Amino acid sequence: MKLRREVEVFLRTVKGRAYPRIVGLQREKSWLFFDIVLPLLQVAAFVFIYRAIQAPPEFAGFVVLGGAMVAYWMNVLWSMATQLYWEKEQGNLALYIMAPTSRMAILLGMAVGGIVATTFRAAVVILVGSLIFQVSFTIERIPELIGVFLLTLLALYGMGMLFSSLFLLYGREAWHMANLLQEPVFLLSGFYFPIRSLGFWTALGASIIPSTLGLDAMRQLLFPSAPQLGLLAVEYELAALGVLSVLFLWFAYWALRYMEDLARREGRLTVRGQ
Amino acid sequence: MNHQREGIRSLRMSTWLGWRIESNWTDPLLFAIYSIAKPMAGALILVFMYMVVAQGGLKNPFFPQIFVGNAFYIYVGSVLMGVSWAIIDDREHYGMLKYIYTAPLNIYFYVLGRGVAKTLTATAAVLITLLFGIFVLGIQIDVAGIDWILLVLSLAVGLLGLAFMGILLGGVSLVTARHNYFIGEAVAGALYFLCGAVFPIDILPKVLQLFGQALPLTYWLEALRRAILGQGSSQLLASLSNEALLGILAGSTLALGFISVAFYRWAEHRAKEKGLIDMQTAY
Repeated sequence: MKLRREVEVFLRTVKGRAYPRIVGLQREKSWLFFDIVLPLLQVAAFVFIYRAIQAPPEFAGFVVLGGAMVAYWMNVLWSMATQLYWEKEQGNLALYIMAPTSRMAILLGMAVGGIVATTFRAAVVILVGSLIFQVSFTIERIPELIGVFLLTLLALYGMGMLFSSLFLLYGREAWHMANLLQEPVFLLSGFYFPIRSLGFWTALGASIIPSTLGLDAMRQLLFPSAPQLGLLAVEYELAALGVLSVLFLWFAYWALRYMEDLARREGRLTVRGQ
Repeated sequence: MNHQREGIRSLRMSTWLGWRIESNWTDPLLFAIYSIAKPMAGALILVFMYMVVAQGGLKNPFFPQIFVGNAFYIYVGSVLMGVSWAIIDDREHYGMLKYIYTAPLNIYFYVLGRGVAKTLTATAAVLITLLFGIFVLGIQIDVAGIDWILLVLSLAVGLLGLAFMGILLGGVSLVTARHNYFIGEAVAGALYFLCGAVFPIDILPKVLQLFGQALPLTYWLEALRRAILGQGSSQLLASLSNEALLGILAGSTLALGFISVAFYRWAEHRAKEKGLIDMQTAY
């Protein structure tokens, strides 16, 4: 009975925290411009670089796919990793801590809401980008593609939950750290070029970021010429993403407990304007 | 005379304040890494794109043009964000904008001064990126052949133009509630595509070429390339002499100056009328 009640509260918390992110899609239409048109301009810039250097046409597809995945990374960074910092600044964090529910459920709710909202944005970027730049995808291994995509999101948002826990202690550093992680991860994940060009071992090291392997695998599954530029076989990348998903969620769980305890003892949960 | 002194004092104090806010959240080493890692990552993305595809890789004659354009583009995001962010930071984060308006200072110089700190860190990032290009990537820049007068003049006028654009965005931030957090980055992203920072505007579709040619930044980057590398990247602008480039840059900067100050005054008036100066959107 107690377990059932706990599960119920957990799920209600997930739903409650996901709700504002999903409903926000309809209530605040200006995201159409800021989250779709502007990323498309960035994508367009990289497509035109490839055109200027006469790259094969599928490189435009690499960029469009990378541009869509950027949306998830930005969401993880600014709406997951730094979220507890924002909540602290707005005075909501203390309410979260007081609430008789699991903090993991709150983070999970943020992730679910973020995934739904961002998937819509990413889909529009892919659709519009493909139409404008005449990108054609070859979809043959659908179950693997879906598996790679879902595991990438699971691992990526697990990473976001871990960062969120770590940033619980931070003041302005959280904002700056997220800012610092933005472009270097564009580079290390190969959002705009095949990751293998970083060199095999560097690319393998960069695979700790789930979008690196996820993007590489998705490119291999969507573009016929991509496997030659791929880092590892898709099967290995799928397995590695599974391992990363479990690891990040597990670390996030423990980091959240540890950091919350530390933040309570150091009195940092309610400090604002730091 | 008093106004002049007040302007200079406002600029000096807000520059100092901006520097403290930008840098005192961490130790100098992490701050240095932070200031350099972002722009370097942007430059390296271009490097790898070239390495994978371009004939001759980094020896492709097109690469130095793009690398230099991209390096100087670091200023665009930094100055635009630095200036416009001051409004958001002071209003939403610290809740200080209303006090700044009641203090004996010149608000335009105050906002500009807040952007100076970002411009200084951007200068370090631009220099390091260029040095990385020369010493690590082997980009050939003949120091004796650099047109220093063109470089200094175009850099100074271009940065002034960017500061005016920052003020314009600061005005927009004053009267808007949502998404103003991203306004500097958003505009910088759009201009990145249109001004030929990383490819010649010649390859854009005709309509977009016209947009590109209407932007002062296009002429700024072309002038900087000519000053450093001895040649520009665009055939469309090839017929313009260096003097003509500078003239267009100076004229458009002057126009931007008038427009931005007039717009900021209007935005400020509207913000006061609507009670937006101390708005807290919690967005």
